[in-house]
Amino acid sequence: MNLYLSVAIITLIFVVIFQISKASEYVSILKGEENSRKQNNKINGFLMIVFLVLGFVGIYVCNELYFGKTLLAYEAASVQGDKWDEMFWITLVVTGVVFVATQIILFWFSYKYQEDENRKVFFFAHSTKLELIWTAIPAITLTVLVIFGLRNWFYFTGDAPKNAMVVEVTGKQFGWIFRYPGKDAVFGKKYYRNIDPATNSVGIIWDDKYAQDDILTEQTMYVVKGQPVKLIIGSRDVIHDVGLTAFRLKMDAVPGIPTTMWFTPKFTTKEMREKTGNPNYTYEISCDQMCGNGHYSMKGIIEVVEQEEYDLWMAKQKAQYYTAFPEKDPDAIKAAEAGGKVNAEAPVAKDSTAKVATAKM
Amino acid sequence: MSHEAALHAHESHGHDDHGHHEHHDTFLTKYVFSQDHKMIAKQFLITGMVWAVLGGLMSVLFRLQLGYPEASFPWLESILGKWAKGGQITPEAYYALVTTHGTVLVFFVLTAGLSGTFANFLIPLQIGARDMASPFMNMLSYWFFFTASIVMLSSMFVETGPFSGGWTAYPPLSALHDASPGSKTGMDLWIIAMALFVVSSLLGGLNYIATILNMRTKGMSMTRLPLTIWALFFTAVLGVLSFPVLLSGLILLIFDRNFGTSFYLSDIFVNGVGALSNEGGSAILFQHLFWFLGHPEVYIILLPAMGMVSEIMSVNSRKPIFGYMAMLGSLFAIAVLAFLVWAHHMFVTGLNPFLGSVFVLLTLLIAVPSAIKVFNWLTTLWRGNIRFTPGMLFAIGFVSLFISGGLTGIWLGNAALDIHLHDTYFVIAHFHIVMGVASMFGMFAGVYHWFPKMYGRHLNNSLGYIHFWVTMAGAYLIFWPMHYQGLAGMPRRYFDFSIWESFKQFADLNRFISTVAMIVFATQILFLINFFYSIFKGRKVTDPNPWKSNTLEWTTPINPGHGNWPGEIPEVHRWPYDYGKDGVDFIPQDVPVGEHESSH
Repeated sequence: MNLYLSVAIITLIFVVIFQISKASEYVSILKGEENSRKQNNKINGFLMIVFLVLGFVGIYVCNELYFGKTLLAYEAASVQGDKWDEMFWITLVVTGVVFVATQIILFWFSYKYQEDENRKVFFFAHSTKLELIWTAIPAITLTVLVIFGLRNWFYFTGDAPKNAMVVEVTGKQFGWIFRYPGKDAVFGKKYYRNIDPATNSVGIIWDDKYAQDDILTEQTMYVVKGQPVKLIIGSRDVIHDVGLTAFRLKMDAVPGIPTTMWFTPKFTTKEMREKTGNPNYTYEISCDQMCGNGHYSMKGIIEVVEQEEYDLWMAKQKAQYYTAFPEKDPDAIKAAEAGGKVNAEAPVAKDSTAKVATAKM
Repeated sequence: MSHEAALHAHESHGHDDHGHHEHHDTFLTKYVFSQDHKMIAKQFLITGMVWAVLGGLMSVLFRLQLGYPEASFPWLESILGKWAKGGQITPEAYYALVTTHGTVLVFFVLTAGLSGTFANFLIPLQIGARDMASPFMNMLSYWFFFTASIVMLSSMFVETGPFSGGWTAYPPLSALHDASPGSKTGMDLWIIAMALFVVSSLLGGLNYIATILNMRTKGMSMTRLPLTIWALFFTAVLGVLSFPVLLSGLILLIFDRNFGTSFYLSDIFVNGVGALSNEGGSAILFQHLFWFLGHPEVYIILLPAMGMVSEIMSVNSRKPIFGYMAMLGSLFAIAVLAFLVWAHHMFVTGLNPFLGSVFVLLTLLIAVPSAIKVFNWLTTLWRGNIRFTPGMLFAIGFVSLFISGGLTGIWLGNAALDIHLHDTYFVIAHFHIVMGVASMFGMFAGVYHWFPKMYGRHLNNSLGYIHFWVTMAGAYLIFWPMHYQGLAGMPRRYFDFSIWESFKQFADLNRFISTVAMIVFATQILFLINFFYSIFKGRKVTDPNPWKSNTLEWTTPINPGHGNWPGEIPEVHRWPYDYGKDGVDFIPQDVPVGEHESSH
């Protein structure tokens, strides 16, 4: 019912506008087409200036309303973000000046040089000097921007510092899996055919001696304030993208082709809550590459904490190996021994070969 | 001279044709399987308009979801059925709408509808030819486009829905049937439609190039061509060189989808299916192939608009276009650079940083010819005598939007800024302003300007003014605030933002944008009414040259038949921009140079 009513109203408005416009055509014939054309020209010339003024007012209002809601309202949360913000301001000033100048010229000229019987147009078809000036100025300005940009680009994409903590991020429809290398600080090898969603979500090869202390977590990643983090990014199925909004960085997660990105968080999650005044603030990982119907809900969380808190958290994590093979879990064995039942243990190697074989079938 | 002989032979052939067909034209040969370039242009235009309405309607529907994510609209369910259960668009439907909106607007409206219409209509008329080099191929070009349209349309009615992985169709999402419902039959139909479309655009493009190079009338040297023709020429060259690359990419995609190859696939485990046997492919390869077309495509869309704007601006400022050769040079530079910047769409794919830096340099380089064009347009207005016809208003609007959207291109082309802004609303704002709306403005300018030539009648001016001012204000109201959303990192292609602490602060702004989008869409309906009403009932054109323009199309009769000129094709004696020269308002191209005339 509501729909029909609104359709009826819209139709009515259309009919009215159409009839008035139709009538204006007849009026112009009565008044003399030339006269009414001149009048229209004046109105549109005036509107050019109105549009220019209202446009700048609009930009001001929009800025007042929404600048505070962008990331730039707060200090960037990563060292990289600081550099990004610096580049933002430089680029904004450069393009902003050009924007304001050219828009004013465009609308002002349109207004000022609107048709006037007494004006003799200036036959001005060519000027090499002018063309050279406005080839050179943009070229020089852009060179400056390119230099700033590339300096930062090579910093962002360059090697992570040696003390960086390494976390492997794997995207899947629709969530994130994080792997920490464990005590040996080396990731075990993985092969996608070993993937078992329940116990081995990234396909770790258990045979590998570095694999057995690897730690897997889902959805939430812990990192330490002030310590560089290097992410090794991959995907299980389609292309995803690790979007770190607050840190001003992102990198695609491509199946079969690992990518990397590194950043240094400056504030803990708690500190950010105070800075933003939002008690629910979290660092979110948003998927920024279309990955299917659940794309919009593919959220991960980064908890930035102090070293002590990180150590406490890490101590609580259990190697994934023991989730895959609960019978190997020292805690479980201890418990079993206490119960007096000791099972005959199969050698580790044999066990995991069996695992690989089943996965390959 | 063989060239002239050929021209002459064609002319007389044209005459015969003309006389012969006059009495035997049936409805079918005149309106459906027409080989007259003017009719084919109208076919492209009207098919493009149908798609523009559908594509626009899709954007209204998904804006409804973004603006009112909580609300329920029972009427939606009665129209869309299972795609809007309970009156709310499902994520599946949302992504299908977004994808189809993008595909349709980029390819069917702004490529076929824009250059299909105006290349067909203007090339023979402005260069002084009776028709295209191959009218038959030209007709085929339209019918391939039409078939592509039908296939694309039919994909919307399959059980699993149309393709829903974004208009860029990145594999593996587009390659795996089980990754998304839209990647089943809908995707096969999408590929077939696009393949047919590529054939259409190649048939058209080859024809445009051949016609411009070989069929210019006597005296119409290349440097006397109107800038519209130059722009359409470069557009055709871009299309002919880049569309085949897309086609090859799509063929490999078909193989990966249906015949078990691994061009784009490697190391994949799909939920509910398990590990796939594909190994060794590269998902990034497709992106290279896609963007090798995808970036020139941006200029395929933009160049015709630039050409028409140059022409319309000069005519309505009663002044020559400033810097004809610079305009030409910058068109050429843009066309060349268009092929060398594709990887700026891929800065965050893990591209080698050094390669990335080369693409930064080349991308920002493209801002130089763009800046030259803007300054030349501004100088064209300077000390002119401007008539604000609706066509001229849209041309001015184009320049304003091209500046706004072009400047944000400097942001996104700089990889270090793109690393944060990539795939956010900032990108949506950028390309909608500079490519979407600006080109649409170019198209509107062209329709308003050449409507009298197309139909022998005028569009209603008042409706044109309303159409322009609402659309102009609306374009900025919709897309300007999106820059702020992008600066907050708000990602594209999100169905709902309510679970995100970082993005949900823009709910009110989303509602505002959606409301404006609906008003702007309604205004386009007003334009459609004006268009179709005026075809039949518009004020009749009485002056064969209503805009007092120099170009050759206005030397034809008000309603030119097949063959364009009833007598001889006029000879050209000058460039097309002698406005206000020696105090004379305008001197058409076919007027011989006077003895005491100064050179320009």
